[in-house]
Amino acid sequence: MLDTATLIEVIIIIVKAWLLTAIIFSLPMPLTWLERKVAGHIHVRLGPMRVGPHGILQPLADTLKLILKEDIVPDRADRFLFKLAPLIAMIPAFLVFVAIPFGENVTIPFVNREVSLYLSDLNVGILYVLAIGGLGIYGIIFGGWASNSKYALLGGLRSAAQMISYEIALSFACIGVVMMTDTLSLLEMVRAQAGGIHHWNVLYLPIGPVWFVIFIIAALAEMNRIPFDLPEDEGTLASGFHTEYSGMRFSYFMLAEYVAMVSVSVLTVIMFFGGWHPPLDGALFNFVPGIFWFMAKVVAFIYFFMWLRFTLPRYRYDQLMTIGWKILIPLSLVSVLITGLMKI
Amino acid sequence: MEKFFFLMFAITALCSGLAVVTLRNPVHSAVSLMLCLVQVAALFVLLRSPFVAVAQVFIYVGAVMVLFLFVVLILDIKKAAIETFPPVKRRFVGGVIAVLGIELLAFIFASPFGTAPADAAETTTESIGKLLFTKYLFPFEVVSIILLAALVAAVIMAKERQR
Repeated sequence: MLDTATLIEVIIIIVKAWLLTAIIFSLPMPLTWLERKVAGHIHVRLGPMRVGPHGILQPLADTLKLILKEDIVPDRADRFLFKLAPLIAMIPAFLVFVAIPFGENVTIPFVNREVSLYLSDLNVGILYVLAIGGLGIYGIIFGGWASNSKYALLGGLRSAAQMISYEIALSFACIGVVMMTDTLSLLEMVRAQAGGIHHWNVLYLPIGPVWFVIFIIAALAEMNRIPFDLPEDEGTLASGFHTEYSGMRFSYFMLAEYVAMVSVSVLTVIMFFGGWHPPLDGALFNFVPGIFWFMAKVVAFIYFFMWLRFTLPRYRYDQLMTIGWKILIPLSLVSVLITGLMKI
Repeated sequence: MEKFFFLMFAITALCSGLAVVTLRNPVHSAVSLMLCLVQVAALFVLLRSPFVAVAQVFIYVGAVMVLFLFVVLILDIKKAAIETFPPVKRRFVGGVIAVLGIELLAFIFASPFGTAPADAAETTTESIGKLLFTKYLFPFEVVSIILLAALVAAVIMAKERQR
């Protein structure tokens, strides 16, 4: 049933999946350090400085602390769901990367084998990412409910309402990109933006920038980051859905949040900023490998999200709902119409 | 290989479906229902229709279940777990289930199933879209109007309560 060629294919896929998981799993460590450094410098202080040069070993110290902490399950909590919730939050965040391409095929030197820089080029890629990415919410809802604590429950309910509201706007933004590039596959989406900055979707005038703004706002709300982190509003809800969590279980929620930030940055780059294509179509720009451009853009967006976090105040809950239902959704409906007219 | 995956998904779907109706805690039932729906989506993938599979996860698991949970979470779980649902005689419930079961089996055995494999070109999202706007335009419009009516009704009900 299995010949050598298929076997090699399967092994390559397993190796790629393993590598990708390992990279994503370890990414939050440098990201927490970066976030605290960015926070420090925006607040005009130094941030972590003690552990290692410029506090670079701080994430290791934090991990050690989280592992050694006591794992507390609250009295009369739903033990099964309480333990399951962090995993439900974390797994979809990783699953999203199955459909995400990181570049065109590359040839490995010495072995002379062409390898694709994605796990699977689904022809419904963008829908898959939306559907799976949306599942992470259940971790928050179940975690909030199972804790048997009113603050956690309120945090869970808030996030359920927030997700329902903003998922609509987020899906509309994806519809917009699908209309602009005529494809649902993320790989084709990037190929459609080849040939310099003026081909990127964000500069698909006049409607591209509008879709970009809708997408960024909705995505910020979906990943529960400031200014939309109402589910963990420490002013009114202790710390929301993860109030009762400690140690490693708490860190799984944090891990999911950072991975979500990475995947949103990656999606923004793929959908609006030309993926691995250089900004200008010249020999010098094409000389730099695509993966470098890709990573540079992703890092720029991760920095952008951190910058926002320490610059903007948190919205009030009714303001959050107003933005979602009364501004973003009507705006996206009009934008769908305009994009359709431009395509005629 | 495909048979193995089919059996795995089908058995998990059946077991989680059973768990939905037998578990006492409504939230646990909701979790099993989610698991069941995800398995059904996996079956769609095996049938080479990724669009239907993703739509299943997106709409049922992603959106409908969040709304279910929204209601279930505010329930008094302790009370809901003790009460039997529906609040009628056991024998009556058994009768209804038996009738529905026989009906379902009769439908399954009476309907002719196509055994030819689906045309690969017919299952892409593009072809589904084309079919929706040509061959099945009328049913598509009818469904849209029903959904629009439901939307308007929901808005009106919410407005009435505010007054």
